[in-house]
Amino acid sequence: MEKLRYERPIINKIKAGVPDKYGMQPKIPVKSEIDGIPVKEIVEKYGSPVFVISEKTLRETFQKANRAFQSRYPKVQFAWSYKTNYLDAVCRLYHDEGSWAEVVSGFEYDKALSNGVPGNKIIFNGPDKTDEDLKKAIENGSFIHVDHFDELYSLIRISQNTTPKAKVAIRVNMDTGIYPKWDRFGFNYENGEAWNAINRIMLAENLELVGLHTHIGTYMMTANAYAVAASKLAELAVRTNKKFNHSIKYIDMGGGFASKNTLKGAYLPGKDTCPSFDDYADAITSALINSEIAPDQLPTLFLETGRALIDDAGYLIGSVLANKRLSNARRAKILDIGVNILFTSFWYEHEVYPAQESSQQTEDTTLYGPLCMNIDVIRESIQFPTLKKGDLVVIPRVGAYNMTQWMQFITYRPNVVLIDQNKKMHLIRKQESLKVFKEQELVPEFLLNEKPLKA
Amino acid sequence: MKLKSNIAISENGFMFDPYTGDSYNLNNTGVEIIKHLKAGKTNEEILAELKQKYDVDDLSLEQNLYDFIAMLSHYDLLENA
Repeated sequence: MEKLRYERPIINKIKAGVPDKYGMQPKIPVKSEIDGIPVKEIVEKYGSPVFVISEKTLRETFQKANRAFQSRYPKVQFAWSYKTNYLDAVCRLYHDEGSWAEVVSGFEYDKALSNGVPGNKIIFNGPDKTDEDLKKAIENGSFIHVDHFDELYSLIRISQNTTPKAKVAIRVNMDTGIYPKWDRFGFNYENGEAWNAINRIMLAENLELVGLHTHIGTYMMTANAYAVAASKLAELAVRTNKKFNHSIKYIDMGGGFASKNTLKGAYLPGKDTCPSFDDYADAITSALINSEIAPDQLPTLFLETGRALIDDAGYLIGSVLANKRLSNARRAKILDIGVNILFTSFWYEHEVYPAQESSQQTEDTTLYGPLCMNIDVIRESIQFPTLKKGDLVVIPRVGAYNMTQWMQFITYRPNVVLIDQNKKMHLIRKQESLKVFKEQELVPEFLLNEKPLKA
Repeated sequence: MKLKSNIAISENGFMFDPYTGDSYNLNNTGVEIIKHLKAGKTNEEILAELKQKYDVDDLSLEQNLYDFIAMLSHYDLLENA
């Protein structure tokens, strides 16, 4: 007689009367393949855990965003936010789609150059630019977004001995009606600091004011804040034109568009509540077109969207290391995915899916990472099926920030694989090894001569 | 290991404990184990029954059974030994 399919015995206490959004037994979807390649096959070839980037999703998302803006405004230019994901292969895909580079450090600047981005297609943001960085950026004709007066005066000093003229913009912070108000970057609009900075730049012989920049915050759940910001920048552009007869060439609205992930504490999933590219595009372009800027002088609209472009293209595959029962009988699983590589689990309730057909029975489960640290929690509470040791799981929407903010902590950072449009896999970042770390470390000579511990 | 008397379980896995008023949901394997416990079978007998019926290896089955019995104990559904 053929044996029946086995399922681990489960007992769940019914909590009557307690409001529970999981009142209906949810059917847990299975994510068994990514872009047509079985998850199992990816793990067999590249190990677990492993990050996967989908070229198809990356390009489709970019084209969708680009279309949303291009169809509403005559001059639009995206610049890929390097800090969101600066793996060379990822950056090159965006450059191939026509994106410039937006960088915030000398390291990122050099990375953009090494990816073949011409200096005059790099936007240099951020509060940390050394004199050397500034000199290089001036000589390469990059767009320097000034963050504070110390940087502005450094630029004035450095530009006296360099050619050509430095192309500069100022970063403006402002009240757009959202909380928290980001006022730590750039010059404030409301108190007149931004206008003062513009005046000082216009008086400097070797600086050319080419743009105005803002970045109102991150994970903006309302498109209207961008309309407010665009109107305020447009007002500054009009004022500059009136006083100095000088046209601002571009307005840079920064990034901050939300992806479809769900923030911790949110009741409804992000995919149901976050604005679409069309919502953001509509708010920004309407504000610019309806401003007092003359139609023949409309500036180019720059966008530095990172998260919303790449999040959906990234997946993280991992495996179940162990099943546990906590002291209160609550179910817990240990995954080989920890906060060391999934940094965004600190602020997202990441979706987690089994990669193989599993029971439709679920239990309220806590998902832990593999680190020997109490903070290593991927999900505090998730309705999850009964997977066994070795079973695979897939976490979608991890393309943004994880592959830059990840930590080498306790264990190595894993392989990153790109699945191209022809469903071919390419290793784009190798798993680290002991050799990688040993190369960075030096042992003082007096310790080299110490006798090792006896066995 | 003995289940408390008077604990009622339906075919589709709804279980009721009249002592506390608590109710539980069980999957098929869970229901089956409860039935064996009600019939007074030992853990070894239950393991043998399940092994014969299901496609599962000995060690996983043993691990899962003891885990399940620990859950029953946590919910105070077993007679004190």
